[in-house]
Amino acid sequence: MIETGKKLRRLSACVGLLSLVVLAATCAPQDKTIRIGVFSSLTGNTATFGISSKYGIQMAADEWNSRGGLLGKPIELIIEDDQSKPEEAALAITKLINQNKVSAILGEIASSRTLAGAPIAQRAGIPLITPASTNPKVTKVGDFIFRVCYTDSFQGVVCARFAVQKLGLKRLAILKDIKNDYSIGLADYFRQNVQALGAQIVTEESYSEGDTDFRAQITSMKAANPEGIFIPGYYTEAGLIAKQVAEQNLNVRLIGGDGWDSPRTVEIGGAAVEGAFFCNHYSAEDTARLVQDFVAMFKKKHNEVPDAMAPLSYDAANLLFAAIQSAGSAEGHAIRDAIASTKDFPGVCGSITIDAERNARKSAIMLQISGGKLKKYDVIYP
Amino acid sequence: MPNRLTVSASSTQRTFTWYALYALVIMLLSRTVVGWVGAYYEQILIFIGINITLAVSLNLVLGFAGQFSIGHAGFMALGGYSSAALSYFVLNPALMSLPLDGMLHAVLENVALAIVLFAGGIAAAIAGLLVGIPTLRLRGDYLAIATLGMGEIIRVVILNTNFVGGARGFTDIPRWTGFTWVYLIAGACVLVVRNLIASTSGRALTALREDEDAAAAMGINTTRHKVMAFVLGAFFAGMAGGLLAHYMQYLHTNSFTFLRSIEIVVFVVLGGGGSITGSIIAAAVLTVLPEALRVAQSWRMVSYSLLLVIMMLTRPQGLMGGREFHWSWILPRRKQA
Repeated sequence: MIETGKKLRRLSACVGLLSLVVLAATCAPQDKTIRIGVFSSLTGNTATFGISSKYGIQMAADEWNSRGGLLGKPIELIIEDDQSKPEEAALAITKLINQNKVSAILGEIASSRTLAGAPIAQRAGIPLITPASTNPKVTKVGDFIFRVCYTDSFQGVVCARFAVQKLGLKRLAILKDIKNDYSIGLADYFRQNVQALGAQIVTEESYSEGDTDFRAQITSMKAANPEGIFIPGYYTEAGLIAKQVAEQNLNVRLIGGDGWDSPRTVEIGGAAVEGAFFCNHYSAEDTARLVQDFVAMFKKKHNEVPDAMAPLSYDAANLLFAAIQSAGSAEGHAIRDAIASTKDFPGVCGSITIDAERNARKSAIMLQISGGKLKKYDVIYP
Repeated sequence: MPNRLTVSASSTQRTFTWYALYALVIMLLSRTVVGWVGAYYEQILIFIGINITLAVSLNLVLGFAGQFSIGHAGFMALGGYSSAALSYFVLNPALMSLPLDGMLHAVLENVALAIVLFAGGIAAAIAGLLVGIPTLRLRGDYLAIATLGMGEIIRVVILNTNFVGGARGFTDIPRWTGFTWVYLIAGACVLVVRNLIASTSGRALTALREDEDAAAAMGINTTRHKVMAFVLGAFFAGMAGGLLAHYMQYLHTNSFTFLRSIEIVVFVVLGGGGSITGSIIAAAVLTVLPEALRVAQSWRMVSYSLLLVIMMLTRPQGLMGGREFHWSWILPRRKQA
């Protein structure tokens, strides 16, 4: 009994020492690096977006580190997966803030997950920049939450202005994904702006994510005789819709949002998406040097043309790093003030000015699919 | 480990004493340990508590009554959204308009929370009743499909209800819950289920699980008992939804897909159907595991799934295999009669 007692005591002493060492080890690097948290959907149903986003952020951090880091210290990225689930996003962000003591957070593509995590960052006073959450509510969470993409409302304005003013369409139809917040939001803003510009929404139909047959909706739209159809959904459905529109000999202009930004749109849609337009954050074929350098670097590293999530995340990271540099401190309030005063920041996806609502004021690009490739067709300014 | 799982039948008074003791321990813990471990571990503990409530309430339906329901996430969603709507549109504005000092405000906030949680539970229970009466006449696979459909219906209806945010999610829900409330509800859920199982109705449930026809022949009103279990299960799932809403401050229908229902089924099956202890352990283990596996980085979900497969292969009857925790495990002197 005494023997075991001794052993136990010795063991607990060892454990105690060990935990001290671990504690010391976790505390020590606090001053040696600038820690930036990233939460992203590396697994789950939007994993491709999350992984692209991670690549973009890593590229930005590597570039800064090769130039000597931030405030004389290297940038350390701590990347956590959220399985594409809102609760997991909340857990990941709490871990980043409380366990890893990060100075700022970059993350989430999907608005639903940014919204789950944002209140936690706001309460802790840690600035968060989302690369691609377009839901207007995101930045309303508080004064520590920013975004570098435009909002759904702006995208709705852009598509409406493009359809009515540039293409001169008077009779428009909408085919939206009823289960998707992004799609519904876009459709709402598109409708309002088309009507404000004096054109007409002749019919509005809907489908659900995962549907493959849209013939009923297309037939009923055909009866309303539109000149153009706005399809604010994701690429899989958009490609299929385009195909079925062509099958029914409905000769209309197709217009989409940034959900179309995937090689799959052309793969699925084939000849049917030829000539279609969609609003996007950047064009990989843009001749601007910033864009070409980024695309070349991305291709070299990951052997593929980046989708819009990678450059948006790259911009978000660069903007954050620049803000920390100009703040001269890795403290939350200082970083926040520096981000808030960002003006004309040169990003791959256009120059970014952060407005009083902590949203990015920037231009949008309209792309046209021609010859199976995406061509820059027009730039629309706010 | 909750310390209320004695097997001997207890009077109402003893039950209340145990619960009061438990509540005291939880409050003490929330003042000491929880503050000390930090927000990350606190959050994990809170998710464990919510998952325990979900697992134990489903266990009543799936493990004890033997009804294969995979619509638990739907009830959770309904409870979460209705309690959040009540606090967001009615109670929180009312609370904010009153000129109160800190202490009184805090007290009223807790009262308001109790009201909205209960309301959420009731909303889910009513849905459970409406759905349960027709569908519980179905058995096995058919019931599973019916409940699956029901869960999706609830989710899609919420998705298309604009005043609770629709597809954009419900934001700005007041943050009223924490460790204490989550574990008070989890404890209440465990206690109610445990006492129900020990009662006549509980015996009837177990009987109809083993053989529905035999139970009916013995004079048990099988539909009535199944509906009762279903409604009670839905009630606690609704409460859990309310807790989640008032902790996360944000609800999105993506949290309540059928995958969430499957997750809860996994808690019950892994823990061992018909074992409350098993459900508690499984809910805790399966909540902690993905977090602990963060070190595996991109292999995290692969290793998580692999571990699930290994656990099911090595213990197909579940971790506890229908047995319960008893004091005799840790206090060998008090032998089981």
